[in-house]
Amino acid sequence: MIFLRLFYEFAKVGLFSVGGGLATVPFLQHMGEVTGWFTNEQLTTMIAVSESTPGPMGVNMATYVGYTIKGIPGAVVATLGLITPSILVILIIAGFLQKFRHSKTVDAVFYGLRPASTALIASAGLSVAASVLLFHDIGHEVAQGQAVPMVELFYWPAIALAVAVFIALKWTPLKKLHPIVFIALSAVVGAVFQF
Amino acid sequence: MNIYLDLFLTFAKLGVCTFGGGYAMLPILQREVVEKKEWANEEELADYYAIGQCTPGIIAVNTATFVGYKYRGWLGGVIATLGVVFPSVVIIMVIAACLSNFADFPVVQHALVGVNACVVALIASSVFKLGKTTIKDAVTGCIFLAVLILAVFVGLSPVLLIVCAGLVGYVARRLSQLRKGEKNQ
Repeated sequence: MIFLRLFYEFAKVGLFSVGGGLATVPFLQHMGEVTGWFTNEQLTTMIAVSESTPGPMGVNMATYVGYTIKGIPGAVVATLGLITPSILVILIIAGFLQKFRHSKTVDAVFYGLRPASTALIASAGLSVAASVLLFHDIGHEVAQGQAVPMVELFYWPAIALAVAVFIALKWTPLKKLHPIVFIALSAVVGAVFQF
Repeated sequence: MNIYLDLFLTFAKLGVCTFGGGYAMLPILQREVVEKKEWANEEELADYYAIGQCTPGIIAVNTATFVGYKYRGWLGGVIATLGVVFPSVVIIMVIAACLSNFADFPVVQHALVGVNACVVALIASSVFKLGKTTIKDAVTGCIFLAVLILAVFVGLSPVLLIVCAGLVGYVARRLSQLRKGEKNQ
């Protein structure tokens, strides 16, 4: 039955992809090749849409792939498949944590985990920054030994916007605004000034 | 309002406000879950992200399950997770059905660059907030810098980095406890 298979395939993706939504891409590619449900080209479109719409990317991709294969029920089943292993694993871990919350060992381990977790979030932020704030197509010219002025490596309008938002986030009168307000305004700025 | 409905709606809101991966959800989590609802604190968020990065599944879902579980047990975990994926399912189905070339529109591409620039600023601001509670002394400062450098420039796997950081934290705590014990004697 197609829905069982769909659930099973996505549960596998959920079980084996560790990390953010992008970690699911290689598994989805493999799924497409094995099952013939979608082509690599279709997958590229689905990734692009998943990146540019609200919602965590991994979930968006599961929904999109599921919909492509079997319409609305397919989308629901694929998404449920993706999240089921996470829910089970996290519920078990969360249960343990609650039990050992006051253990000195757990406390000592988390003392080291927390700064590492903060650093990984910072590193994810930096990789988004590199993809939006820098130009990548200059790589060719650099490889050919052509001199490229440093200034041209940076995409100044996006940098200016990021800096402006950062300052606004720290500025008391605007601090209280919901982050979605900044996101919406930035989308408008990007669209109007053709970033 | 019914507790579970509140949980579902809050996480649905988180889903709508997240653009990109689970990391992009952090600023909204800090706002909605830590500051407004007080279902978790900054330290717990750091814990959830640490575990979410080395366990199966995408980070956004893992974090939602954690917060929901902490607030209302296993049912809370399930409901928070269903909440966070709900908007994705609806929005993507609409786009897949009527606008499969959505991402090709120039206006969408331009807007997305703006959104991503904003997400960079939001994550930066969130990291500063989180760092205030997670980086407390020389040891945690060194762990932060070491992990940042190894993740960005060496590209080591987050799982490996998290496991090593846990070990370092454990050893550092034990050593400082031993030293304190010697002083007391």
